[in-house]
Amino acid sequence: MSTELPLIGDYSTPSPELSGARIGVVTFPGTLDDRDAARAVRAAGAEAVSLWHADTDLQDVDAVVIPGGFSYGDYLRAGAISRFAPMMDKIVDAANSEAKLPVLGICNGFQILTEAHLLPGSMIKNDHLKFICRDQVLRVENNQTAWTNGYEAGQEITIVLKNQDGQYVVDDNTLAELEAENRIAFSYVGWNPNGSRRSIAGVTNKAGNVVGLMPHPEHAIEVGYGPDHRGTDGLTFFTSVLTHLVGGKK
Amino acid sequence: MPRIVVDVMLKPEILDPQGKAIAGALPRLGFNSFEAVRQGKRFELTVDGEVTDAILAQAREAAETLLSNPVIEDVVNVEVVAD
Repeated sequence: MSTELPLIGDYSTPSPELSGARIGVVTFPGTLDDRDAARAVRAAGAEAVSLWHADTDLQDVDAVVIPGGFSYGDYLRAGAISRFAPMMDKIVDAANSEAKLPVLGICNGFQILTEAHLLPGSMIKNDHLKFICRDQVLRVENNQTAWTNGYEAGQEITIVLKNQDGQYVVDDNTLAELEAENRIAFSYVGWNPNGSRRSIAGVTNKAGNVVGLMPHPEHAIEVGYGPDHRGTDGLTFFTSVLTHLVGGKK
Repeated sequence: MPRIVVDVMLKPEILDPQGKAIAGALPRLGFNSFEAVRQGKRFELTVDGEVTDAILAQAREAAETLLSNPVIEDVVNVEVVAD
């Protein structure tokens, strides 16, 4: 790789607080992006812990990433079968507990979180019916969550979007609630790539510990590989949760 | 063996992109009488033995929890079909 590309940071000596953080990455049958997600966790300075869907031990992790892919082949509905995995029961309980375990669902992970009713709404097929893969500009609408606190409010970021069932749908009442409570986390800038209501790309729960979005921050964490071969806009998801954990543990 | 048939449809207010594509294909084949198409899912749950009230209740519960997502879909029919 060219040496002209700047390093995004020196992670060889993470700070003591951050180096202790353990972030779980769940693998289901058909998950594709678990390794990239684990890599993003490590790039941010934390330890990635592999969690198998059929296990029931959360291994004392401080946060969980549910990565993208096609768990159970998207059979029935995207995320519909994964949602009932033993590990998901543990994650739902931990996310709703007083400890409010931070949970990030990316793409299929977002679909699983809506099927599990940790997040409102659902995803249906893209309005144009095609699989889509592109560098996508998003606006950070809520920078108060566990996974977005490192962004500026209103900041525009570019990360990868790749899906077929990405059209976010939600009923009128819930949409009004989401808007009133500032729970739309991300929206698409410019062309709406899948017909999502109000161009919603991601949402958060009331407490701000659970965030889901269709685009993939874990594919934009390292110079040379992200959008336009430069983009590292996704790394802030993973550093944000560490900031959140450090703050919460004091 | 008797089967319990469960029919699931997207809620009326949810856009059905697949149904729309099918509606677009029909006139190209000369089927001009259809204003709109909505596509649903049919499940057949086979029962070994008699379909008791308890088994039917289980099927209804399965229809509401796993077979459909109440956020976007309605269970429009649950019925027993004997062979």
